[in-house]
Amino acid sequence: MNRFDYVRAETLGAAIGAEGALLAGGTNLLDLMKIGVATPDRLIDISRLPLDRIEQSGGGLRIGAMVRNAEIARDPQVLARYPALAEALLSGASAQLRNAATTGGNVMQATRCSYFQDPLSPCNRREPGSGCGALGGATRNHAVLGWTEGCIAVHPSDMCVALAAYDAVVEITGPGGLREVAMEEFHPLPDADGAGKPPLMPGEIITHIRLPDPGALARNARYVKLRERTSFAFAIVSAAAALAIEDGVITEARLALGGVAARPWRCRKAEEALKGQPASAESFARAAELATEGARPSGDNAAKTPLAQRIALRALERAAAGTPERLPALPASVFAGDDNG
Amino acid sequence: MDDLMNMQGQGHVRLGSSAGQALTRRDGMLKVTGAATYAADNRPDGLLHAVLATAGIAKGRVTHLDVAAAEAHPGVVKVYTPANAPRTALSPDEKIHPFVWRMETLTDDSVRYAGQPIALVLAETLEAAAEGARLLAPRYEAEVPRVTLDDAEPFETDTTAFGRPAGHASGDVDAARSGAARHVTATVETSQQYHNAIEPHAITARWDGDRLEIDTPNQAIGLSKQTFAAFLGIDPSQILLRSPFLGGGFGSKAILYGGQLLAILAARDLGRPVKLVLRRDQMYGPVGHRAPTRQSLQIDLDAEGNIAALEHDTVTLTSTFDQFLESASNASHSLYAAPNLRTSHHGRRADVGTPGPMRAPGEAPGSAALEIAMDAAAQAAGMDPLEFRLKNYAETDPSTGMAFSSKGLRDCYTEAAKLFGWAERSAAPRSMRQGRLLKGWGMGTAQFPCPMFQAAAHATLRADGTAVIETSAADMGQGAWTALAQIAADGLGIDIDKVEFRSGHSDLPDAGVAGGSGHTATAGTALFNAGADAVRQLAELATNDPASPLFGAGNAGVTARSGRLYRNDDERSEPYEDILARAGLDLVRGEGKGAREGEPDRAMFSHGAVFAEVLVDPDLGQVRVSRLIGAFAAGRIVNPRLARSQLLGGMIWGIGMALQEEAVHDRRSGRLTNADLAGYHVPVNADVPMIEALTVHEDDPYVNALGIKGVGEIGVTGTVGAIGNAVWHATGIQPTRLPIHPESLI
Repeated sequence: MNRFDYVRAETLGAAIGAEGALLAGGTNLLDLMKIGVATPDRLIDISRLPLDRIEQSGGGLRIGAMVRNAEIARDPQVLARYPALAEALLSGASAQLRNAATTGGNVMQATRCSYFQDPLSPCNRREPGSGCGALGGATRNHAVLGWTEGCIAVHPSDMCVALAAYDAVVEITGPGGLREVAMEEFHPLPDADGAGKPPLMPGEIITHIRLPDPGALARNARYVKLRERTSFAFAIVSAAAALAIEDGVITEARLALGGVAARPWRCRKAEEALKGQPASAESFARAAELATEGARPSGDNAAKTPLAQRIALRALERAAAGTPERLPALPASVFAGDDNG
Repeated sequence: MDDLMNMQGQGHVRLGSSAGQALTRRDGMLKVTGAATYAADNRPDGLLHAVLATAGIAKGRVTHLDVAAAEAHPGVVKVYTPANAPRTALSPDEKIHPFVWRMETLTDDSVRYAGQPIALVLAETLEAAAEGARLLAPRYEAEVPRVTLDDAEPFETDTTAFGRPAGHASGDVDAARSGAARHVTATVETSQQYHNAIEPHAITARWDGDRLEIDTPNQAIGLSKQTFAAFLGIDPSQILLRSPFLGGGFGSKAILYGGQLLAILAARDLGRPVKLVLRRDQMYGPVGHRAPTRQSLQIDLDAEGNIAALEHDTVTLTSTFDQFLESASNASHSLYAAPNLRTSHHGRRADVGTPGPMRAPGEAPGSAALEIAMDAAAQAAGMDPLEFRLKNYAETDPSTGMAFSSKGLRDCYTEAAKLFGWAERSAAPRSMRQGRLLKGWGMGTAQFPCPMFQAAAHATLRADGTAVIETSAADMGQGAWTALAQIAADGLGIDIDKVEFRSGHSDLPDAGVAGGSGHTATAGTALFNAGADAVRQLAELATNDPASPLFGAGNAGVTARSGRLYRNDDERSEPYEDILARAGLDLVRGEGKGAREGEPDRAMFSHGAVFAEVLVDPDLGQVRVSRLIGAFAAGRIVNPRLARSQLLGGMIWGIGMALQEEAVHDRRSGRLTNADLAGYHVPVNADVPMIEALTVHEDDPYVNALGIKGVGEIGVTGTVGAIGNAVWHATGIQPTRLPIHPESLI
């Protein structure tokens, strides 16, 4: 790999505005450096910043950017009130990686589009203006929503899908002060020329993820993930669903899809359609259909749209059935549900 | 039979004291504590690190390498390109034996596949070498590559892998077909696969004058020493090759590749030790793979459901410069009673690295297609899959007419079906459920040949009653250090704890190749014979020594056991130590060989039956192998614990082949899009909730004197088809392409 400087930021102040690539858990950045996709001149190690706590915040939770994925997944508050987040986290990567990967790093991880990861392929995301190497290539895993000819990559995170469903907010600090962005809009969608503008300005750092009070959504929330390997594999498609149900009627619904777009895909229309409807198979089927509105294949991935609808349906059904007392042994697995007898 | 007679003639020792015991690995502690030294762990003084630069195009030529930039990088010592690379003594395309592939040693600027070595950078640190290789920033003149079965160039050939005939015909398929009641066809495609040994290919090379020391993981130490010597133009006696442990090989470390020679040549040229370790992505190119296949089968049935004719054709890929064709159709030669049988192979040339042997080469994809076709035929005949296979059970090898040396397959069917509960299967597809999930039960027959190679061994009994056994075996994780020592201990008639095993380097007698599932049989025979030879010498001493209680018992009249020789005619015995001490000897040394003499007059195979249960989500198409049970008849089981581990490992490979493993090319660039362990999926523990492998008793007096068949590869066969058939039973969708993707099931 290229030669680079390494500095450790001891305080948040030292990290803000610093020039270089931010290094936290390193589970993605170091891989990218080894394969020549990321070639930073300088690494700023922020892993020791005091952003490693999960705090109560206005009825919700505030998760520091340096909290490890595994810690969130075993946090009693998260398990009790945001179970779909815990399930999403436990369905991702491996135990070793979850122990190392941070909240902020999970949000900032790069797409696993193989053309992005191959420095010899054109990629607008890696090298603006070079074109999209994936278009016309091996595209089974690529986007069906929100893509352009400039970029058809998907965001790989499971955590972010659940966070988007929970209306999470990303707290960002930079030279210009604080700003907040909704999780569901944090990752830019591609524009005609490429991947869109980067989510963080130079010198900015994610400090926290804030989760609002889930209220009645706490009891009926699940994450479901389709993949060929039962662990240590990214989603073909996934869905997070959370429902508030009173007397059999849905009073609030949340639905987000993973593996379909360059960001976790919040399905607002489907949510609207569920509100006030009975928690029934018909309601869920209708919502699942709406979830992928506007979807179109970007290559050899026409099957993703029906699969996304079906994973949405499954997540809604499982959410309606109630969050289990304990997370299943195969978190988020298609085979993990009580619905499978 | 000659071996057997020889051994009976020696008469003093027998297998069964140590062999047969479920010992834990003798090298287990070394491995779990990290004390076992693998090739890349070696750090001789003055070491230089080498990194290969590899081609980013699949066809064309390299027009420019920025050697100046690489050489200017701090720490870089040397850059080798076709302009200055040291030459081998032989042409890179020389075939000194059938297991030599083109040695890519930077002889010209042409590129024949993506990932081909195009330069070698030597530096003081690994990091500097890696950056130097990156700085070469090659430019190319690229041509349009052909990398898949669809666009590759057909060619005709008489031979497939290892020089086997490309076709076979017995009986009259056409006549039988025209008279048959039913005709069943099946087409199955399998994907390009990679070995994915966790230990990457590595070499540390050091010259001391004209003597060369090599540390490199290798499955055929003796042969590789010869090959290295030939390409280097030196005498084999100048080379010491060490390979005490392999972190997986699966066939890919049986074949040498040019990078190893480049590292050796660089070490000689620069006068310093050189280490070259492939990056993970570099494991997907120059060091072999399993080629994709497109297989077409036709099974013609008479009115009673007997196979009247069986035809199996395979189309598969090789590189543009070497020929290794996956001999998949051969899987149909010896398994089912097909009185009329025709098999064929057709090659295509593509801009890919040369494929090579990968665990059950030919048999794995061939068995998968055959077993799916057999289920199609069973359906056509209106029979249960097991009943249909039993009806077409081959009592003799249909391709040769020879009797089987042993065939415990009926017991395998019975035992595995019973444990699985196969009798409860409901025949119709989509007729079994578990909650909302579709449940499917499928089966497949496993079969793998029992080759033997050439091995030699020494066994030395020492004055203190301990022994040293010597043969350059390869332990690639299968447990050779343990299983071979068990056989040797029985050959010596002593407890295994008294046996010191020297193995894994080329100054020892050659144990042959660890491949073809024949290593334990071959090297084990050599070790057993060496031990028996040592005991024979000891018995001769004792029975001729008037001071010995064994005096006059005669050679045939004593038996070795637990380090003592016992008279067969009364209770008297004597420890080995006393015999040696009285004779004034420090040791006696026995020598032994292991090989099969002459052409076998029997068909020799391991067999097995594998039963799979899958659950399939009907909406999402995801498949889970919820139960996998196999029973295997593999002759004498030397170590049940290790054998089970081998069989389970093979079966888990079957899960991967059926549901996950697939190298995906970009057809425009010819590069792989998933050349790492994140993108190329192999099964994880969570994919294997319930798996069991049984062995059934099988005595085989013909396969070799010890009755050992082999368990390393057979687990892959049968399993892939069983899973495919279970998916078919669950969903009603006949698999035509492996791995089976969820989207093909919705």
